[in-house]
Amino acid sequence: MTIGLNAYITLSVILFALGFLGVLLRKNTLVIYMCLELMLVASTLALVAFSRFNSLLDGNVFVFFILTVAAAEVAVGLAIIVALFRRRQTVQVDELNALRD
Amino acid sequence: MADLLFYVLGGVTLGTAALTVLSRNAVNSAMFFLLSLLATAGLFVLLDAYLLAALLVLVYAGAVVALFLFIIMLLDMQGGVRPPFTRATIAAAVAATGLLTVAVLGFVKRAQLSVAPVSPDLPVVGASLKAYAAQLFTTYLLPVQVVGFLLLIAMLGVIVLSKRVEGLEDIK
Repeated sequence: MTIGLNAYITLSVILFALGFLGVLLRKNTLVIYMCLELMLVASTLALVAFSRFNSLLDGNVFVFFILTVAAAEVAVGLAIIVALFRRRQTVQVDELNALRD
Repeated sequence: MADLLFYVLGGVTLGTAALTVLSRNAVNSAMFFLLSLLATAGLFVLLDAYLLAALLVLVYAGAVVALFLFIIMLLDMQGGVRPPFTRATIAAAVAATGLLTVAVLGFVKRAQLSVAPVSPDLPVVGASLKAYAAQLFTTYLLPVQVVGFLLLIAMLGVIVLSKRVEGLEDIK
């Protein structure tokens, strides 16, 4: 294995940045949510790489918890989006501007 | 061989992540997100975290993406095709992302990670289920309980949120 820790961390940083770009760029709430999940996955990749290259298990156990919290978060977030769609008939963030004006 | 696999899986992960961000249709976004997750699971296998790779496929690719697709179909967003981005949005988003990437990568480069020895006979601890069980039921016993409660609360929250509320004035 000649691929070092640096390569994995760089990959995870770029993946995180792509998720961040999606959150800033997209207007559809569901796609923004998917990009948030992408950022979570990028951070789990960094944790797994750190724990592999240091021969520790703690990073992997953290990924366990991140997966659990992400599952709970997706369930609650999608329920909120569905409730919002029922009231406003849209999921585009530029039409959900009640707090702006 | 492992190096080639790293480049292939890393390329697929980043490419499909970019397509998730850029595709015009929300369903296509979800499909590319699924591919990106599968490639990430492959990277986990390269890092000898077999259990986490399986969990990522089960929880994320199985449950989360299925839930996303279900909601996209349920809401029926007129095909879900997005309008083109405005120039200001593109400029702001790309600038912010570039700043973030440069900052974190600069931090990583100065953290001298490459100095750490990467020997091929580094002991693998993430491959055995027994090690996970030993950690989860000793050091991390309290977090496991807390996460269990979190799941219960999330379930209750979803039930409350999906109830219809009558007589609520609309916010415009």
